[in-house]
Amino acid sequence: MKKLLTGNEAVARGAWEAGVHFAAAYPGTPSTEILENLSTYEEVVAEWAPNEKVALESAIGASLAGGRAIASMKHVGLNVAADPLFTFAYTGVNGGTVIVSADDPGMFSSQDEQDNRNYAKAAKMPMLEPANSQEALDMSKLAFEISEQFDAPVLLRMTTRVCHSKSIVESGERAEIPLKPYSRKINKYVAVPAVAKVLRVQLEDKLSALREYAETTPLNFAEYHDKSIGVVCSGVCYHYAKEVFGENASYLKLGFTYPLPPRKIAAFCRSVDKLYVIEENDPYLEEFIRTLGFDVFGKDIFPAYDEQTPEVIRQAVYGKMLPQLDYERSKVTPRPPALCAGCPHRGFFYEIGRRKNVMITGDIGCYTLGSGAPFYGLDSTICMGASISMGHGAAKMLARANSDIKVVSVLGDSTFFHSGMTSLLGSAYNGGACVNVILDNRTTGMTGHQDNPGTGYTATGEPVTVINIADVAASFGIRHIRTIDPNNLSEVRQTLDEFLALDEPSVIITRWPCALKKFSAEDKEEFGAIFIDKHTVDADKCIGCRLCMKAGCPALSFDTAQKKAQIDAAACLGCGVCAQLCNKDAIVKAQEV
Amino acid sequence: METKSVLLVGVGGQGTILASKLLTIGLMQAGYDVKMSEIHGMSQRGGSVSSQVRYGRVVESPVVEKGGADILVSFELMEALRWLEYLKPTGRVIVNDFRIAPMPVINGDMPYPDDILQTLQQVADVSYIDAAAIARQIGSDRVMNIVLMGTIIKSMDLDSIDWESIIRENVKPAFVDLNLQAIAAGMAAV
Repeated sequence: MKKLLTGNEAVARGAWEAGVHFAAAYPGTPSTEILENLSTYEEVVAEWAPNEKVALESAIGASLAGGRAIASMKHVGLNVAADPLFTFAYTGVNGGTVIVSADDPGMFSSQDEQDNRNYAKAAKMPMLEPANSQEALDMSKLAFEISEQFDAPVLLRMTTRVCHSKSIVESGERAEIPLKPYSRKINKYVAVPAVAKVLRVQLEDKLSALREYAETTPLNFAEYHDKSIGVVCSGVCYHYAKEVFGENASYLKLGFTYPLPPRKIAAFCRSVDKLYVIEENDPYLEEFIRTLGFDVFGKDIFPAYDEQTPEVIRQAVYGKMLPQLDYERSKVTPRPPALCAGCPHRGFFYEIGRRKNVMITGDIGCYTLGSGAPFYGLDSTICMGASISMGHGAAKMLARANSDIKVVSVLGDSTFFHSGMTSLLGSAYNGGACVNVILDNRTTGMTGHQDNPGTGYTATGEPVTVINIADVAASFGIRHIRTIDPNNLSEVRQTLDEFLALDEPSVIITRWPCALKKFSAEDKEEFGAIFIDKHTVDADKCIGCRLCMKAGCPALSFDTAQKKAQIDAAACLGCGVCAQLCNKDAIVKAQEV
Repeated sequence: METKSVLLVGVGGQGTILASKLLTIGLMQAGYDVKMSEIHGMSQRGGSVSSQVRYGRVVESPVVEKGGADILVSFELMEALRWLEYLKPTGRVIVNDFRIAPMPVINGDMPYPDDILQTLQQVADVSYIDAAAIARQIGSDRVMNIVLMGTIIKSMDLDSIDWESIIRENVKPAFVDLNLQAIAAGMAAV
């Protein structure tokens, strides 16, 4: 049956058709929907893992026990999972195993632009790169066969455009693959040095066989038209290049990109006059082709960063883009993303942003938006879980310098479970003295509300034990732990005052649900009638001082003609933060007017 | 046929995704090759969003390039100007009479210019419609996006597609009539 699927939906469908038994992931744009879709198939055990390392290790265990397994993650997630990845390439699989890396060229929703094709080469594992949703489905399915045929885990490298573009897909049905029998194989799965040395040699044999496969697989194909221009490409760049060159060029489209096929590539390069290599982001194909002795146009003319969209190719090759209208572009006001109306992070960032003499180490989540106007409430964002550990190291150095700067570390609930827990353990163990703030919005917000160990539900909606953040912190020996309402500014202020004066580590948990979350029965019971008391501005009392604008709320605006604040009734959720900023009691609950 | 490019732009939460989803289903059922591209994640949080729909005999790139859109449908006034560079010089603009202040305007750091429509009209073929008011007349603000989808159907000569069955298959039964009226009203508005 033909349907329009995103690349992520197609990967999930392909894995399901391949009979996958086990799927695990940690949410991360642009990979999240793979596991979300897999969790809808009842034949698949689908789980949100607390982090990518746990996801991959669970998948490895499922493979060893005889199941077909898939672990999906965003590109930086594979850094977290890199430890098991490299050794898993040595041991190989029992049930076929696929690891999906969703890279983000252009950094639409990421802190870096790393090219994870380098992981396939570094870890020595076969890699497939789809260009569209049909290929995503077909390659996801085939990857399990390749994995079992060559006894190797397979890396499926996606990019944002392949993940989130829709195209027409012909889907099939599920093949029910029985679990493979399990037996203890010490010489395969116990990677002590004596075993690993043998596996390492065997890995070279596997790679030789995979290299031959790359020479013959139809996943790597030449498409000959005009031979004056030849384009070597992988992933969505194939479609971008065809958009620009059409039949005025020939193409070598590489879908199986580790190990690369030297003979197939050399034959293509010899058959064309002028050679372009078009790829996102690193010169991965280009460097290989240069080792074969061919000169190419690559990163010398194409940007080393960002997407290689048709306009980028056109500009690089022809020095011009398509004709465009000429108009006054300076009138366009930027529209940066902002904390939503009703966001429970607002109250905390208002208070922390006003403090002097604090260093605020941040983390990965919606709350990175607290770094911007009007809060300017962050000093750093590096990676998942880094807030607490970076804060710990910074505090040690600030103390040595006799600085009066205090450190506050800020991260979300899901990020705490991901890797903030071990950071907190390190700080507690090593005599840290930071204030660690966990912004517990009862969900994984930025990626679109996935459950996590703190929500009480699994990926498939099963109710489970809620892991309590305060209990976790207490088990690390932390003595000062307080759970507060972030919409109550005086409570936030007083708790910060009190905990910043301490000489030992402390934990503040700001507990209030994300305004966009679908509330569970437990949320409704705990938080009561939330988000119903919309606020409004009493124009008679408003003096136009703009103090409320410091809330940075999209529901609030300032009427410059009338010199009055106003609240968009449709957008306001009644969190009340702005009302607490007003000195004139001009912001009131709408029902009280 | 030459590949056609439709660019739907707006602000996160305005319903561009549903409108473009229904559009792509119709185009696929009419026998076109179709690709659509969206960006999820951080940019959704009150930021500028776009749904890019391309259809034809064979569609290569899922993204519309600058100077490549046959039609730009903007759910918000300023966004039309932001994305105007993506329009073909011969292309058509449909702008919704709807303003959402971006954060620099809310903070009072920058004005929301009052001559955006004039700037658009000076250089492009612009239809300015009040889709929210049209939607309200039909019965619900929430079908503003479907009204705008109707304007695309009319402008791109896609009215031979059986939109009624597509709406019936993809919208909850209680909202089918409302959505069909919204398409018709959108078609009548341009």
